[in-house]
Amino acid sequence: MTTQQSRKERIDRGIKVRSDGLYALMSWRELTYLTLPRFILIAGMLALPFLVPGMYWQRVISIVCIYAILALSFDFLAHYVGLVSLGGAFFIGTGGYIAGILNSYFSIPPFLTVPLAAIIGGAFCTLLLLPCLPLKGVYFAIVTLMYPLFMARIIEAFDIFGGTDGLVGIDSFSSAFLEQYFVICMVLIFLFGIRRFVTTDRGLIFTAIMDNDQAVKASGINITRYKALAVFIASAMGCMAGGCLTHIYMWSGISQFALDFSILPIAATVIGGSGTLVGPLIGCLILVPVSELLRDFGTLRIVFYASILVGFILFRSDGIMEFGQRKYEQFERWTNI
Amino acid sequence: MEILVYGTINSVSLALMGLGFAMIYGISRVPNFAHGALYIICGFVTWTLFYQFGLPYFISIILSLCVNGILGMIMYRFILIRVRGMNISEIIASYAIGLAILEALRYGGFRGMNYTLPVFMEGSLMLGGVPVDFHRLIMMVIGVLLVAGLWLFTHYTRLGLALQGMAQDERAALMLGIDSDLMAMLAMGFGAVLAGIAATLILPLGNIVVESGYNVLIMSIAVCIVGGLGSWMGAFFAAFIIGYAQILTVVFIGSHFQMVVALLAIILTLILKPSGLFGHQKELEERV
Repeated sequence: MTTQQSRKERIDRGIKVRSDGLYALMSWRELTYLTLPRFILIAGMLALPFLVPGMYWQRVISIVCIYAILALSFDFLAHYVGLVSLGGAFFIGTGGYIAGILNSYFSIPPFLTVPLAAIIGGAFCTLLLLPCLPLKGVYFAIVTLMYPLFMARIIEAFDIFGGTDGLVGIDSFSSAFLEQYFVICMVLIFLFGIRRFVTTDRGLIFTAIMDNDQAVKASGINITRYKALAVFIASAMGCMAGGCLTHIYMWSGISQFALDFSILPIAATVIGGSGTLVGPLIGCLILVPVSELLRDFGTLRIVFYASILVGFILFRSDGIMEFGQRKYEQFERWTNI
Repeated sequence: MEILVYGTINSVSLALMGLGFAMIYGISRVPNFAHGALYIICGFVTWTLFYQFGLPYFISIILSLCVNGILGMIMYRFILIRVRGMNISEIIASYAIGLAILEALRYGGFRGMNYTLPVFMEGSLMLGGVPVDFHRLIMMVIGVLLVAGLWLFTHYTRLGLALQGMAQDERAALMLGIDSDLMAMLAMGFGAVLAGIAATLILPLGNIVVESGYNVLIMSIAVCIVGGLGSWMGAFFAAFIIGYAQILTVVFIGSHFQMVVALLAIILTLILKPSGLFGHQKELEERV
C-alpha cells in the first residue's frame, strides 16, 4: 500500500533572481522590488513621531530606538564577531553615567556629552573587557553578565556619583522633536553603517574570527586587536544609547545597570532574527511597546520577555525577519514525491 | 580564630552552591544559568509546604528536593535538549528560564523580609572562643559528607561511572551503550537537587529573597570558573579560596566588597590560568 506523499519546495521568485545582479536592473518594477523594503523602513522610522498619538507614546519611540541601538550592538557582537555579551546594561550604564557626569559636573550641553559618552565609554568598556577577550562562548558570556552587577556594587560601595540616588538634574534635549529625530537617525545610521561595515575587509576578518580563530591567527592577524576593535564599536554604540537615555530621563542611576537592559535587547534580537541586523530593530518595535502596555504588571514583564525568548529559541529560532525575507523572495508549493 | 571558623563555614556554603553547577556543566556541557532560580524555588517550595500545608519540616524538605529534581529534568527534557550544543542558545535559553522563574516569584509576592525557614537545631557552641550555632556546624558536616558521597557515587556505582564516562568523552560513552540524553537529564536532575540541598542548608540562616538567586548564580559560576569548569574537586577547593578571601575582605575592608572579590577572582583566574585550578588542557582549547 502506498500513500501519496508530498513535500513543500521553495523556489526563488523570478523577480528576485532578475534583480539579484545590479547590472540587470531593467525596469522600474525590479528597482522598486529591490528598494521598497529599505524605503519602507527608513520612511516608516522617520514618520513614526507623526504617526503616534500623544507625548507618552512619542517618549516610547525614543526608548524603542535606544533599545534598538543596544540590540544592534548585541547582534553585531554575537553574530558577526562571535562574542556573546550578556552585559548590555554595562554599556548603557557606563554611557549613562559618563554623560551624566559630564553634564552635571562640567555642564557640557547634551549634544557634546552624547558623542563624548560614546567615545569615552567605548574606550572604558573596551579597556575593562580587554582581559576577557581571549575567552570564547560561554566564558565570555559569563564574565560580561557580571560586569554590570560589579559596576553597580562599586558605585554603591564607594558611594560615588550620587551613590544609590544617582545623578539628578541633568539637562534634557532642547525639544522632544529633536530628541526623537536624533535617536531615530542614530538607529538608521548605525543600522546601515554596520551592514556596510560587515562586508568590508575588516568585517570579513571579524566573521573569520567567529568561524575559526586559529586559522585567522595562523594568517598572522592579531585577533585580540580585532576583537578589541569590535568591542569598541559595540560598546560605543551601547554607551551612546546610554547617554541618550540619561538625557531623556534627566537622571542617571544604578538602575541603568539593571537586568532589563541586558535581557530585552537579546529577546528582541532573537525574535527579530539573529544575524540580520534589521531583525533587532523589528524586535524592539514589537517588544518595547508591548512591554509599555504591560507596565502595570511590574516584574511580570520580565517573565513575559523571558518566556517569549524561550519560545522563539525553541520553535522559531530564525526569527521574524528571516521568515519575512523568505516570503518576499521565494514562493512555496507542494510537490508530489 | 574567628576568621578561620567563619571562613570555613563560608567556604562550605560556597562549595554547596557551586557543586550543582559544576556537575551539570561537567556532564552535559550545558551551562545552567537557571541555577540560582532552582536554588530559590527550592526554598519557596519548602516554605510553602511547611507553613501553608503544615507538613513536618523534614518531609517538606525531602518533597521540595524531589520537586526540584523533577523540575530540572523537565527543563532539560523539554527545553534545553533542543538547543544542546549551540552555545549561544544554551546560555540565552537557560538564563531566560531562570529569569522567568525568579521574576515570577517576585511578582507572586515573595519579597521582603518575612519569609524565613527555621534552623535545624537551636543553640550554639563555643569553638575555640568563637560562638558557632549548631545549624552552621550541621551545614558543614553535611557539606563535607555530600562531597565525599558524590566522590564515592561517581567512582563506585554503575550510574556514577556512566555519568563520569559521559563527562570524559560523550561519543565513546555512546558507543559503550550509555544513553547520553538520559544521562544528561539525570545530571540536570542531580544538579537541581544539589542546588536544593544548598538552599535548604543555607536559607535558614537568612531570609528567602529573590535577589539572592542572582547572587547564588554568580557565586557558583565564580567558584566553578576558578576551580576549572566541569571539575568538582576544583570547585570544592576554589570555594575555600574564595570563601576565605571573602571573609578576609569583610574583616579588613568592608562587607560591600564581597562580590568584588568574586569577580576579581574570576578575572584573575581567566588571565593567569584560563583552565582554572583543576581544569584540563582539553578545556583550555575550547576556552581560549
